[in-house]
Amino acid sequence: MSLWNHYYTPATVEEALALLRTYQGRARVIAGGTDLLLDIKQGHLPRPDALVDITRIPGMGDLRQEDDTVYLGAGVTHAQIVDSPVLAARATCLVESCGVVGGPQVRNVGTIGGNVAHALPAGDGTTSLIALDATADVVLNGVRQWLPLSELFVGPGESRLDQTRDLLIGFRFRLCGSHEGSAFKRIMRPQGVALPILGCAIWVRLDESGQRYEDARICIGPVAKVPARAEAVEQALRGQAVDAEAVELAVSVARQTLHPRTSKYRATAEYRQEMIEVLLRRVLPLATQRARTGEAIPEGVGME
Amino acid sequence: MSKLLLTVNDTPYDLDVPESRTLAQVLRYDLGLTGTKIGCEEAECGACTVLVDGTPVDSCLYPAFKAQGARITTIEGLARNGELHPLQKAFIEHGAVQCGFCTPGLIMTAKALLDRNPNPTEHDIKVALKDTLCRCTGYVSVIRAIQSAARELRGEEPLPWPGVPTVPPLKAVGRPVPPQEVVDKVTGRAKFADDYAFPGMLIGRTLRAAYPHARIKRIDTSKARALPGVCAVLTHQDVPGQNRHGLIYADWPVLCDDKVRYMGDAVAIVAAEDADIAARALELIEVDYEPLPVVTDPEYAHSPDAPLVHEEWETGNLLKHIKVRHGDVEQGFAESDVIIEREYRTPTVEHAFMEPECSIAVPAGYDDEHPKLTIYVGSQIPYEDRRQTAAALGVPEDQIRVRGTLIGGGFGGKEDIAGQIHAAMLAQATGRPVKILYTRQESLLFHPKRHATIIRIKTGAKRDGTLMAVQATLYGDAGAYASLSDKVMTRATTHATGPYVVPHAKIDCYAMYTNNPPSGAFRGFGVTQSAFAVEQNMDLVAEALGMDPVEFRRKNAQRVGATTATGQLLRESVGLLETIDRVERDMRGSDPTFRWGWREGTKAYGWGVACAYKNTGLGGGAPDRATAEVEVFPNSTAEVRISSADMGQGLSVVLAQVTAEELGLPVERVHVLLSDTDLTPDGGPTTASRQTFMSGNAARHAAITMRQALAAAAAERLGVSPEVIRFEDGRLHHNGSAVEIGEVVTWMHEQGQEAKVRYVYDAPKTQPLGTGGDMHFAFSYATQAALVEVDLETGAVKVLKIIAANDVGRAINPRMLEGQVEGGIVMAMGNCLTEEYIVENGVPWSVLFSRYKIPSIKHTPEVVSHFVEEQVSSGPFGAKGVGEITSINTMPAIANAIYHATGVRVYRVPVDQDALLRALKAGATEVHTTWHDVK
Ligand SMILES: Cc1cc2nc3c(=O)[nH]c(=O)nc-3n(C[C@H](O)[C@H](O)[C@H](O)COP(=O)(O)OP(=O)(O)OC[C@H]3O[C@@H](n4cnc5c(N)ncnc54)[C@H](O)[C@@H]3O)c2cc1C
Ligand code: FES
Ligand code: FES
Repeated sequence: MSLWNHYYTPATVEEALALLRTYQGRARVIAGGTDLLLDIKQGHLPRPDALVDITRIPGMGDLRQEDDTVYLGAGVTHAQIVDSPVLAARATCLVESCGVVGGPQVRNVGTIGGNVAHALPAGDGTTSLIALDATADVVLNGVRQWLPLSELFVGPGESRLDQTRDLLIGFRFRLCGSHEGSAFKRIMRPQGVALPILGCAIWVRLDESGQRYEDARICIGPVAKVPARAEAVEQALRGQAVDAEAVELAVSVARQTLHPRTSKYRATAEYRQEMIEVLLRRVLPLATQRARTGEAIPEGVGME
Repeated sequence: MSKLLLTVNDTPYDLDVPESRTLAQVLRYDLGLTGTKIGCEEAECGACTVLVDGTPVDSCLYPAFKAQGARITTIEGLARNGELHPLQKAFIEHGAVQCGFCTPGLIMTAKALLDRNPNPTEHDIKVALKDTLCRCTGYVSVIRAIQSAARELRGEEPLPWPGVPTVPPLKAVGRPVPPQEVVDKVTGRAKFADDYAFPGMLIGRTLRAAYPHARIKRIDTSKARALPGVCAVLTHQDVPGQNRHGLIYADWPVLCDDKVRYMGDAVAIVAAEDADIAARALELIEVDYEPLPVVTDPEYAHSPDAPLVHEEWETGNLLKHIKVRHGDVEQGFAESDVIIEREYRTPTVEHAFMEPECSIAVPAGYDDEHPKLTIYVGSQIPYEDRRQTAAALGVPEDQIRVRGTLIGGGFGGKEDIAGQIHAAMLAQATGRPVKILYTRQESLLFHPKRHATIIRIKTGAKRDGTLMAVQATLYGDAGAYASLSDKVMTRATTHATGPYVVPHAKIDCYAMYTNNPPSGAFRGFGVTQSAFAVEQNMDLVAEALGMDPVEFRRKNAQRVGATTATGQLLRESVGLLETIDRVERDMRGSDPTFRWGWREGTKAYGWGVACAYKNTGLGGGAPDRATAEVEVFPNSTAEVRISSADMGQGLSVVLAQVTAEELGLPVERVHVLLSDTDLTPDGGPTTASRQTFMSGNAARHAAITMRQALAAAAAERLGVSPEVIRFEDGRLHHNGSAVEIGEVVTWMHEQGQEAKVRYVYDAPKTQPLGTGGDMHFAFSYATQAALVEVDLETGAVKVLKIIAANDVGRAINPRMLEGQVEGGIVMAMGNCLTEEYIVENGVPWSVLFSRYKIPSIKHTPEVVSHFVEEQVSSGPFGAKGVGEITSINTMPAIANAIYHATGVRVYRVPVDQDALLRALKAGATEVHTTWHDVK
């Protein structure tokens, strides 16, 4: 059966908001549609009367560097992110996470905004945006505002965005500067649904000498119901000397503070716990090395 | 309706279509560009890949209006002025096309890659094609084809097909001839059932059961019938003939009457003007059920208190008890020094052919082309479809014509009735053509799958390594209906000693009815399951004896003069030892430092070996027959006609080669017509690896008879003796001069003779199980070695390399055979590592393609292939079965390799990295669970 009846491609944010208002809950925002159409098809969402495609609104597809920050329109595709040399060098974790979403066909249409709006506890793009401390440009109930990304999430698959009313316009975050680096990896299983067993994005800043962690942001999911930072682990790292002991410290704090759950047909809690440690041991040294050398080549794009 | 402007393959279109269309729907149904295929509508398979402004997208989930104003390129736009694109040529040259259903998607995805990256590495190709699936080829040839096309596009020489060494070829036989349909398959012209449309055609849909087991109290279709645009709503009351069908036992309702027995059961069918109306009509049908207790475990099904699936079946839920008795196992075990007893489990597995089932029925007399009720379907057994449809409609078989279309993969999953009878009923009821196309989700829900099994097996051997006895108990989950369970589980039973000499054997197999989806034929036909148990037990015994696993197998291998566990004396064509030798040579050569397992850092590596054998043909006393017709024409071409299915395995080209060889014709002058019950005689079922042998023999003998008739006619006309006439290059040569074969055909016509021969080939007689003697007329043999890598931190398993040697009698077409080997291996890797069809208390969970992962190109290992050609004298040019042997031993080879790498043995598949890691951490040596148990 048809998944929708009407299809609109508004040219401005205002037009998009007006369309949504007109339909009073019976229209829904679509970007790439790679999550949305399957959700409708499988009955997770009611069939909307109309789809409002935001990808042709000027600015939605923008990926531009603004001094030390970058602006990503919500309609930027995973493929655009993977192809960006700036992001590869200075937001490496985001390239690594968007590089493992689906296959090329999905990356060519699926957007970073859709990934965030879908609000899974371990959406791959989202995991890295959290580690990069992104802020989001949104229109909530008619009010346009900038919010820290992490304040957007309410529960699994649930955000503060009402997707029959609200819009995600874009994101901004600071690019890695000197002594800063980031990395992302995930653990998958070859069976069943292609959701990560665990994903982990880490951003670190070292001191001038490159010997000590000044700051760290770590997002590991799914652990909580929403994408969240591993704050205790971050705290433990601050001020630590950059060495194997720091990694083991991170691992031991993670062991005490992060308690992932078993999810059906995906992973046992025990396995996930183990994978938190494996990922910390793999991702933290990689992010650290990038911070130290100032050089970063994304790993695992397209294959993990 | 709204305006949609698109430029498709350089042609601008100004369309007026509903805004609800997907791009795939516009291309296929509004523009008739049916080269773009739909395999899942979930963005999982990539069959629907097209380029939008040069970028590959899945058109199945791409709103058409998203593409407003865009330039679209489809497979139809690749060839220019009749000249194939280098990718299209390379796919043909490298044998990267089997059923062809995935081919347009693969080629379009590859085109986008080469447009961006003219010199891709193997890794780049794997990244680009990761989500463009192929179930047939195993991707090895696909990778090579893309590399070859890249070279040609860069102005370098394309790569030739590397070939596999074989015995010297004849004129046609033994050569890598391309199949006749292959150009259509790479250009998008090839027509599968859903690519046909007829004027006035309706859409048919099926209402499935709401419970896995329930009594039907009432069905009310009045609201559905009242919906405008609905042309017919039918229930069991409307089945004109027998309301039970089935390949062996007629136990499967056409439309359920008393009960539903699994979630895929059909309760009602509708025909409507379009798919939306049909879907709404289904929602309006009211069915009252009384849910019944559900039985889902085959062992529990055997217990006296289990609910009955078929109350009328005399042996309760026991569909069949199959026994093998050979020697005296008690004595065998008494004489054994080592006895190993273990339990193994294999899951339900889905065929996941890329083309979901589709049937179209056109009513009798609808137009000039359809004087009879005609069913278009991509089926493995057209004559069976006709028989079962006729019985259900209550009409004589010759009132129905089944026209086989191309088949987008079958693997055993297109033997049972799917929508054929329903489409025919709806066409009769409405007087209009009706198409029933299953969605992927319906296909996953409905069709019979590979039997889940529980296998307890005990193996005994003497200290010197002589196998003494095998005792085994197998439980097979037959599901709700019999389908081919009887035969499949018989094969699992008779092959449960492995390809070895075992003096004492006692094997009992119970095929059990349950409320799970039915199980039926699936490449390997039960032997896949028993080999998983047999070959791991072989390694365990070897280890207990302190013997090398290869040496242990070699010592006990079947050879000419040996007797199988069913009492069959093997008189010829037993190439097992040679397959072992070839694989061992490649695996360890004369390397004194060879180790079965080793560790490097956080990775463990291991080799594992397994052997297999598989019967060719039905056997077991079943009369096995194929009929072929060969006709030669005045223009010196020939046609072979036979109703056998080519689902991509290459049967048509094999038949062309065999016929060409016997008639001395260039092979491109032999046309093959398959699967039309009005035009082609019955080739029997395309199952049991029988068609190269059976249809091959029928075609060969028809061609020989034809040749004799031609020789006789020529001899008479020319006044020479027929013995001096030689057939070569399309001519009859005699005493230094020659005449065109077509000319001789004209002479025959002048004499009022037809240049047409029909030959009925009956296979050598076989004996039923339990009577001793020849249960089968031939066996194929194989050995494989697998090299795996296990990540000791995550438990993830990767297959790096497979070395395979297959004894197939004769490699009639080495390129197609190589494709069978590679495709069989990767399919079996799926069985071992990625695939399990999960059913929760009778309700299938794996009803989305996103929940059922088949191997993608990134799983493709290095494959080294050897052909062993121990000819069987009754086979066509010595050939025996090919289709299944290639995939049987991969699973145990991988399992044995994992053991050598890690010291942990997996008794259940698919291998669960979670459980494997936990076992490693705990120092355990066994894994008995899968991800299915992660709850
Ligand atoms: C085969 C396959 C594999 C996948 N693999 C992965 C994977 O590995 N990792 C992963 O994280 N994801 C994966 N996904 C999911 C999906 O592709 C991504 O989450 C993608 O980023 C979603 O973006 P989209 O533009 O397609 O979103 P859509 O489907 O268009 O939208 C998703 C949701 O967000 C809303 N929305 C979208 N844009 C906006 C906006 N600007 N403002 C307000 N609401 C908005 C929609 O209303 C909808 O509810 C996969 C999907 C498929 C089909
Ligand atoms: S991805 Fe479109 S049909 Fe499968
Ligand atoms: S050839 Fe690829 S699916 Fe059949």
